[in-house]
Amino acid sequence: MQAERALENPNGRWHRLSEWAERMAGNVFIWPAVLVVLFLSIFPLIISLYLSLSRFKFVKGGFEIKFVGLANYAKLLFGSERTHFLGLLATPSPLGWLVLAVVAAFLLRSLVRYARRETRSLGGLVGRILSAAILSFGVWLLVCTLSKGGRPGTLVVTLIYVFVGIIVQYLLGLGLAVLTTQQLPGRRFFRVVFLLPMMITPVGVAYVFRMLTDTDKGPFRPIWQAMGLGLFSWVNDPWGARAAVMIGDIWQWTPFMFIVLLAALEGQSVELIEAALVDGANRWQIFWSITLPQILPVSTTLILIRMIEAFKIVDLPNVLTNGGPGTATESLTLQAYISWRSLDLGGSAAIAYLLLLMVTFIGMAYVNLIRSRVAEGG
Amino acid sequence: MEAMQRLFQRRSLHRPSPVGMALSYTMLGTWALVVLFPLYWLLVTSFKLPVDVNMGPFYLPGVDFKPSLHAWEYILVGDLSNDTIRPYINTVIVALTSASLALILGTAAAYGLTRFQYRPRLGAILCFIGCLALAIIAVTLGAPWQIALVVALVLFVILLQTIGKRFQRSLGNRDIAFWLISQRMLPPVAVVIPIYVLFQRLHLLDTRTALIITYLASNLPIVVWLMRDYFQTIPIELEECAAIDGASRYRIFWAIVVPLALPGLVATFLFVLVFAWNEYLLSLFLSSSRAQTLPLTVAAQNATRGPQWWYMSVLILIMIVPVIAMAIALERYIARGLLVGAIKG
Repeated sequence: MQAERALENPNGRWHRLSEWAERMAGNVFIWPAVLVVLFLSIFPLIISLYLSLSRFKFVKGGFEIKFVGLANYAKLLFGSERTHFLGLLATPSPLGWLVLAVVAAFLLRSLVRYARRETRSLGGLVGRILSAAILSFGVWLLVCTLSKGGRPGTLVVTLIYVFVGIIVQYLLGLGLAVLTTQQLPGRRFFRVVFLLPMMITPVGVAYVFRMLTDTDKGPFRPIWQAMGLGLFSWVNDPWGARAAVMIGDIWQWTPFMFIVLLAALEGQSVELIEAALVDGANRWQIFWSITLPQILPVSTTLILIRMIEAFKIVDLPNVLTNGGPGTATESLTLQAYISWRSLDLGGSAAIAYLLLLMVTFIGMAYVNLIRSRVAEGG
Repeated sequence: MEAMQRLFQRRSLHRPSPVGMALSYTMLGTWALVVLFPLYWLLVTSFKLPVDVNMGPFYLPGVDFKPSLHAWEYILVGDLSNDTIRPYINTVIVALTSASLALILGTAAAYGLTRFQYRPRLGAILCFIGCLALAIIAVTLGAPWQIALVVALVLFVILLQTIGKRFQRSLGNRDIAFWLISQRMLPPVAVVIPIYVLFQRLHLLDTRTALIITYLASNLPIVVWLMRDYFQTIPIELEECAAIDGASRYRIFWAIVVPLALPGLVATFLFVLVFAWNEYLLSLFLSSSRAQTLPLTVAAQNATRGPQWWYMSVLILIMIVPVIAMAIALERYIARGLLVGAIKG
C-alpha cells in the first residue's frame, strides 16, 4: 500500500509541477529580463529627473542640491544657453521658405485626412496634432539655423549626425551584405574584415581618426598638399569638422548594419526566390518584392537601435575636434558631458532629459508610423 | 555573341556572372581597403618611435623608418604590463559573462514577446511607480532604505488589491518592447551618478559584478529587439506540430526555436559582446583599480604630454585580437540553409 503511494505520489507531483510550469511559461520567459532592466533603469531615471530640476553646488563639507523648478530647461530653451542648444536663428532664404511651406502643407493634408476618417478618435487627433507641431518646429529650426547667417546648435548638429549617419550606414551595410551573400570565393574573408571597425573601442576609433585626419602628420598629407590644403586644419571649418566626425561614425557603425542584415539575408527562405526564378523574375524584381519585404522587419529594428545609439554620439566629436570650431561639432551628449564636467549637474541632466524626450518622441513616431506597418502588418 | 552573353549570365541562384563577379570584387575590395587602412596605420604606428610619428607620415616600416618594438615592450613586459594584464582579464570576464547572460535572458524575453500575449494592467504599473517614488522620496529625506523598501512593498500590494483592480486598461506586447528599448535612450552621462550611488549602497563598487550587471541591463533591450524579429520569421507551424506531439514550451524553445534562430543569435551575441568589451564611460565610474577594463587603459594613454600614439596603437591592437578570433570562429554559424532544411524535413 505504502509502496504504491510512494510510487504514485512523486509522479503525480511531478506531473502537476510540469503542468504548472507550462502555465507559467509566459511569465518565466519575460520576467527575468524585465526585472533586470527595471532594477537598473527606474532609479537613474527618477534621480536624473530630480537633478534636472535642481542646482548642484559644493558647499563647505559636502554638497547641496537646491530645487529650482524648470530653470534649467528654461535656460536651454529661452535663456543664456539658447544659441548653444538650439542655434542662432536666421531668416530663411526663399528656398527655406519653400521647404517650410511644403512640409506644412503636407502635415496639414495628413491631419485633415485623418480628421475625415471614420475611425478617428480624440486621442489620436490630439496626438497627431502634437506630432505635427513638434515636427514642423523641428523643420523650422533646421531651416532657420542652416540658412545664411544662422548657426546650428547642438540639437541640430546631433540631428544631422543621426540622420545622415543612419542613411549612409544602412545603404552601405545593405549593399555589402547583399554582395557577400553571393557565392564568391573569399567571401568569408570579406565578412570578417567588414566587421573589424565595430570591434575597436569607440574611444580608440576617435583617436585613430584623429591620427588620420591630421593634415600635417597623418597619412593623407600628400593628398592634402596636392589639393592645396597643406596647412588646412579641420578644426577651422565647421562643415569639414562635422564631415570628419560623420565619416568616423560611418566607418565604425556600418559593420553593425552589415552583420545584422547579413544574418537576415542568410536566414531568408530560398524556396521563394527559386520559385520566382522559375517564373522568370529578374534579379531586381526578386530583390524588390521578395528579399526586401523579408528583411524589412529586421531593418526597422536595426534603424531604431542605431538611431537611439547615434543620438548619444560623444566620443568622436570629443576626441576628434573637442566640439570645435566653437561648438560646431558638439553633439547633445557632448554638451551634457561638458556641463557635467564643469559640475553643472542640473544643466547636464536637463539636456539629457530633453534628449530622452526627443528620442522617445521620434522613436514612438517611428514605431507607430513605420515599424507597425512593415513588421506587424497593422 | 554567345560568349558575350555568357559573361552577363548568372551561373546559378547565388553565383553571379563573370562581369557581376568582377564588379562585386571591385566594390568589396574598395570597402575592404577603407576598413583596413586605418588598421594598417595603427599597426605601423605601434612600431614607431615618438620621433617617427612627429616628423610626419611614414608608411613602410623598414623603408621609411626603422621599426622599433619599444611600445610593445612597454605595454606587454615593461612598466605598464601589470596595468595591462589585469584589465585584460577583467575585460574578458565581464564581456563574456554579461554578453552570455544578456543573450539567454534577452532571447527568452524575445520569444515570450513573439509567442505570448502579455496584458500588464495600467493600474498596477501606476501603483508601482507611485510607491517607488514615495520610497525614493522617503530615502532622500533620511529614512533607512530597508524600511522604506518594505513599507513601499506593503503599500504596493494593498493598493494593487484595492485601487489597482479598478483600472482595467492594459498595455500590450508592443508597449513592453518599447519600454525596454527606451531604457537605452538616456545618455550614459545622466545615468552614471545614480548607478554609482546604487552600487555604492550595495558595496559593489570596483567589482566585476557591478560591471556585469550594468552591461547586462544595458544590452538586454538590444537582444530582445533583434531576436524578436528573427523569431517572427520562424514559421509557427513547426512549434505547433511539436506542441501536438506533447513537447513542453521550454523544450520547443530550446530544441526547435533556438537552433532555427542560430544566425541571428550569433550576430546578436557578437554585437553585445563587442558592446560590453568596448564600453567606456560606465566602466570609468564603476571601477577604479581592481575591476578596471581595457578601454580605460586606452584612454589613459592620452596623458599630459599629449596622446601617446604608439602605446595607444599597441593597446587597441591587442584589444581587438580576441574579438576578431571570436568573429572568425562564429562567422560560419551565420550560414545559409538552416531554415530550409527544417521545413522540408
